[in-house]
Amino acid sequence: MSRNTKINGLLLLLVAALAVLPLALGLGDHKEEPFAGADAEAETAITEIEPDYEPWFSPLYEPPSGEIESALFALQAALGAGVLAYYFGLRRGRRQGEERAAARTEGGAPAADADKDA
Amino acid sequence: MHIAEGYLPPVHAAAWGVASAPFVVHGVRALTREVRANPESTLLLGASGAFTFVLSALKLPSVTGSCSHPTGTGLGAILFRPPIMAVLGTITLLFQALLLAHGGLTTLGANVFSMAIVGPWAGYGTYLLVRRAGAPLMAAVFSGAFVADLSTYCVTSVQLALAFPDPGSGVAGSLAKFGGIFAVTQIPLAVSEGLLTVLVMRLLTQSSKGDLLRLGVLAAPKAADRREEAAA
Repeated sequence: MSRNTKINGLLLLLVAALAVLPLALGLGDHKEEPFAGADAEAETAITEIEPDYEPWFSPLYEPPSGEIESALFALQAALGAGVLAYYFGLRRGRRQGEERAAARTEGGAPAADADKDA
Repeated sequence: MHIAEGYLPPVHAAAWGVASAPFVVHGVRALTREVRANPESTLLLGASGAFTFVLSALKLPSVTGSCSHPTGTGLGAILFRPPIMAVLGTITLLFQALLLAHGGLTTLGANVFSMAIVGPWAGYGTYLLVRRAGAPLMAAVFSGAFVADLSTYCVTSVQLALAFPDPGSGVAGSLAKFGGIFAVTQIPLAVSEGLLTVLVMRLLTQSSKGDLLRLGVLAAPKAADRREEAAA
């Protein structure tokens, strides 16, 4: 494995550790609902500060269940990951193509000259 | 995590909308100019938007025992400057408001202001400062992404504190409360976002040197070096 790959792997490992540690250490155990969303907690805080506050608008479309919601979140992540993978794959392919073309012109110098004349 | 639909009083919602609109309009202009001048940017623009899509879909657990998600706006702000990121961030927020009931249309202005305007500007500013101080590129990228992420949620806390001042301790009391929910939760997530942004930037320096040179992220070799190269 090259040094570059090792560093990239280490970066991913660190991110994974940061995500897993709070779960592994049980940092949500003191809560009624461990690892709820911060936005839901903010809604609770708002009702504590202003018990009469009623949200005056509701979402036009609301996923009918938690499953559908997580499916849509997964879709969002998949769309993003797909585009990113396409980008890096395309770049890599182009670079390899260019390298191969360069190697070919170096190997067959007369062919390159012929191109120039044409 | 964005402010949920209907959770900002109408006056606040409208005011944040008015504050955000010029940045987004300016961003759309900057984006069209960039695409027209450098059509080959389109791919990397798409990749920057895609990075925001992935990161803001990842709800991660944090030390506070709650969950939140990163924003992914630092990368695009560093590559294409904050105005363009305002557009990409708004698209992500719209997608989430319309399809996922996450954030909302009435709170879109406020959420755009925090995630697509203040975050990218604060991150880009930090990136520039750290680079000018002579730090290596990746240290600057990490700091920029970290600040873009964290500042977004500090703004969210301020927005909610202004809308819902505590009856006893006022705006400051509310700010402490919302800051505890959003900003503290966000610290480890901002570290994660910094690390992931560094990872993507490392991949970009390997795959897209040309783009990074054109965008000024990588410095062009100095004139003297170039002459030496030409001589060699």
